[in-house]
Order: sequence, then C-alpha cells, then structure tokens
Amino acid sequence: MITGDLKATYAADERVLNNGYKQAFVLAMAALCALMPFIANDYIILVASQMGIMLIAVVGVNVVIGYTGLLSLGHAAFMAIGAYSVPILHRLMDNIGLPDGIMPFIAIPGAIAISAIVGIIVGLPSLRVKGLYLAVATLSANFIIIFLIELEALAPWTGGLVGLNTPDPNILGWVFDTQREMFALIAALAFVTILAIQNLFRTRVGRAFIAIRERDYSAEILGISLFRYKLMSFAISAACCRLAGALFAYFYARILPEQFELALSLQLVAALIVGGMGRTMGPVFGVMIIVMVPEVLKFTFGMVAGGAAEVAQLRAPVQEIVFGLLIIFFLMFEPLGINQLVDRGIRALNRWPFARG
Amino acid sequence: MLEVRDVHLSFGGIKALQGVSFAAKPGEITGVIGPNGAGKTSLFNAISGFYQPDRGQVFFGGNDISHLSPDRRAEMGIARTFQNIALFRGMTVLDNIKLGGHTRLRTGLWSALSYFGPARREELELRREIEEKVIDFLEIDHIRKYPITILPYGLQKRVELGRALAMQPKVLLLDEPVAGMNREETADMARFILDVQEQFGITVLLVEHDMHMVMDICSHIVVLNFGQQIASGTPAEVSGDPGVIEAYLGAAA
Repeated sequence: MITGDLKATYAADERVLNNGYKQAFVLAMAALCALMPFIANDYIILVASQMGIMLIAVVGVNVVIGYTGLLSLGHAAFMAIGAYSVPILHRLMDNIGLPDGIMPFIAIPGAIAISAIVGIIVGLPSLRVKGLYLAVATLSANFIIIFLIELEALAPWTGGLVGLNTPDPNILGWVFDTQREMFALIAALAFVTILAIQNLFRTRVGRAFIAIRERDYSAEILGISLFRYKLMSFAISAACCRLAGALFAYFYARILPEQFELALSLQLVAALIVGGMGRTMGPVFGVMIIVMVPEVLKFTFGMVAGGAAEVAQLRAPVQEIVFGLLIIFFLMFEPLGINQLVDRGIRALNRWPFARG
Repeated sequence: MLEVRDVHLSFGGIKALQGVSFAAKPGEITGVIGPNGAGKTSLFNAISGFYQPDRGQVFFGGNDISHLSPDRRAEMGIARTFQNIALFRGMTVLDNIKLGGHTRLRTGLWSALSYFGPARREELELRREIEEKVIDFLEIDHIRKYPITILPYGLQKRVELGRALAMQPKVLLLDEPVAGMNREETADMARFILDVQEQFGITVLLVEHDMHMVMDICSHIVVLNFGQQIASGTPAEVSGDPGVIEAYLGAAA
C-alpha cells in the first residue's frame, strides 16, 4: 500500500512534480542553467552545451523508441537534416534579402516541418515491420541521407565531404556569437522541449503511444489508429532531433557529414538505454553519462600519459568500449536505466526510517 | 443494434465460421456458447474488425461495418475484452482505464504539447468521470495506482472490463470474462455484467464456458459448433435442444 499519498483534488493527483524531491531537482537545474553563463569557465560551458544539444535529440529518440516501442537507428539522419538546413535556409533567405534578425525564426520552425515530413517517410516501414527489421529499415535512412549530403552533384549546397560553414543565430538583432550566449539559448530550448514532451504524455496522444508499445492490437481495439500515431511519433521525434541539429549547426562554426553517421545514432540510443527508456528524466541522466565519458577519459588519459601521442590514439577505441560496456551493464542489470535507480532511491527516502526498499 | 448476417470466414482449408447469423437485442445480454474451436473468438474478431469476413456482413446500428478497421469500429462504440487479458502491462490501472476514453477525447498534438488550457480541462474531466463512473462502480479504487503486473488474475479481468466501460460503448463484447475464476469471483463478475447492462443500458455479447452463469444472465443464446450455428434462442429453448445437448452440454447424468 502506498502510504501518505493523500490528495484533495484530481488536479493535485495529476501533477507531474508530485513530490518535493522532483520539485527541488527541477528548480536546482533551472537555477544552475541560469547561473552558469555568469560563473562557469569556458570548458564547462562547452560540455554543458554539448549535453543540451544531445539532450534535445535523446528526448526525441525517447518518444519513438522509449514510449512508442519502435526501434529506430536513423536519428542521426534527422539531426543531419536539421544541421544542414540551417546554413542552406540562411543562404536562401539571404538571396531574397530577409533581415538577419528574423532568420532563426524561419530557419528553426520552417525546417522542423521539413524534418517532420522526412520523419514520417522514414517511419512508414514501421506500419509493416517491427523490432529488428524496423531498426534495419531506419538504419538505411541514415545511410541514404549521409550519401545525399556527400553527393558531388549536391555539393554546391551541402559542401559535400568538406562540410559547410554555419552562421551565428541573430535573434532580433542580438547576435549569439559566443558559446556562453549559445548555451543560454540551448538550455532554454532544452527545458521547453522536455516540458512539451512531458505534457504530451499527460494526454491521450502520449498514452496512445505507450499503448502501441505495450500491445498494439489492444490499442486498436480502443480506437487508436496505429497508422496515425506511429507516424505522429516518428514526426515528433524527428522534429526534436532536427531542433538539436539546428542548434548544433548554430553552436559550431562548421558542420561535416561524418559527424552525423551511424556512431551518432548509436550514441543517442546508448544515452537512452543508460538513462532509462520511456521515462521523462531518462534522457537527462543518460546524456549526462554519455557526454561525461569522453571528457573523463580525456582527463584520465591526460593524467596517465601526459599527452603522449601513441597513448592518446587509444582514446577513441577505449571510448567505444566504455559505451559498449555501459549498454551491456544496464541492459543486464537495470534495463530501466538510471531513472529507475533514482526512483528507487526516492521511494526508499520516502519510507525511511520505517521500511527499506 | 449489432447484427451478424451470414458471416463466413476461413483460414486456408479451415472453415472457422460458416454462415453465422444473429442479432444482439439492444440493452440485453446475448450469450455465444460452443465447444473449444467452435469459432466463438473468430466471431468476436470478425465483429471487432481483426478479421474481414469472406462472405456476409456485420451491421452496427443499421450500418454495414464489415470493411472498417478495428479502431474505426471502436470509435463507433464497440468495446471488447480478450480471453487472455490484453491490458497494457507496463502501465498503472488508472492509465489503462484512461486509455479507454481515447476516442471520446479531442486533444490534438498541439494542445497536448502545451497542456495547459483545453487539454488539461479535458484530462481532468476524464479523470473525474473515470473515478466516479468506472473505478467506483467496479470497486477497484484501492489499486488505481498499481501497475497491472502485480495484480491477481481476477482483478486484471475487472480492470479490463473497466477499460472497456471507459469507452462508454454501445456494444460490449466479453470474451470469457470468468474463465479460470473461482465461484466467488465468478459471482462478482456476473453481478458486474448485470449491473453494466442495467445501469448503463449497454448491449452485451458474451462468450463463456460457465454454463450456470450463461444460463442465468443471458436473455438470448447462440450456439456454435465447428463454425456452424446449430441453435439460437432463449436459455430454456437452447438447453432443451437435442443438437446442443449432443454437441456441447451433454445429457444430464
């Protein structure tokens, strides 16, 4: 029996931040993000910005893999579309002479729509195939998009193998040309994304996704159109990744096709598995770990070898091994991820000192 | 209300249904009985839309629905439960039942993303309605926050009935609602089914092997054997029918 869970109204019972720990955590994170641009050093800002971008993408991956239960390995492609559409759309808008200050307002939502449409197309196989077969189908989408970007014929627009220089966002005259400013933008958008997706799962739309994951024929019998909701899930997920991609393009000075290859898709999925699939906070915990791993390795390698070249080249393979071990560890011992560990901790705290577990 | 007219259904060489015809009277409980493999569940699947009949039609409220998908039929007001409980196991009781309300809600993607405003109003209204009409009615308020996996079998059956009721259906198909239950649980479930019919006026179609219950609560019974409809009528008529006794009921010892 759950004790002490007393509410006077249905509204109070439906709240998301339904205990003090959650409220405190969200407030602390918000305060931290608000203060960081003023107090943190450049290195921390860089790592935190990477986390923010990854986070938005993983939140998107969570919608399709974690909540709807459709295994997709093509999400790096959506990020690529997001990233590439920024310089391309900017160039188009330059050509028609739009002022710089309003370009991000068109580049971001305009191309979220593009990516959502591509997401729907990539999601089409999900209507016929499930599980591993779907993973392979979406995987091919990843290769096709990268192939198109690297294609010689499209190189005048995409830059081909050598990539593209990307503009700094200019929002109503304020140019975000430092990483500090970009971090503030990324953090704000990450909060908005998580909030919006969390809201989704408080309503019939999100519940329909979960129902499809749990038992698709049972969902149909309740009047949920699999066609509509599977594609909607892909579209939402692609749109999040596209937003992450756009921020990626704005954040870095240059984008390259190789940044969006399969390794990135796998990294997104790894973050999700480690953090906890199908849970709001899963991506948050997962991204913290996945972005920290390379940084910690960099630090340890620096300490141990002091920058010797032959040791430094081992870092990339070691990083892959650590990712692999993390995934195996969590799949075997805690398939619900860090989120579950945290939940268990909170439950134990609630009952302490009267009972354990 | 619900009418099945000359439905034929076959899988390869197996003829699952051969010319089944009956009409479920509005607001009453109609039973479908027959030995294992008689085609009862196939009939339910044809009515709820998982199978398209090879021949014949299914009518609902006077409209031919034979070619509609399951979700369209659900929207029109056909709810069902499954023989092997088909709840969403990873979710709580409350979320399962809320899913029953899916077709009655209107929240779209954009209002869902922003939540506050129309989506919130609608969700809270759904919550209130479910609490007052379904959870109270089925006496499952103590387990509303529990995940399905930890519930005993009998309660899971009851939650599945609750999910179907949350759809506020016009017709409710129950596939073996008391299979595997003991006497007491069976009596409880029978009472709930009668209450559903009396309080909500829902037309019920019931597949069941528990003859005591079927004879007690159904006003009309259809008997299937090897896909063929061998009898239909009131409980008294059916239980006296020599064909039914031979195929299914067995002679009184």
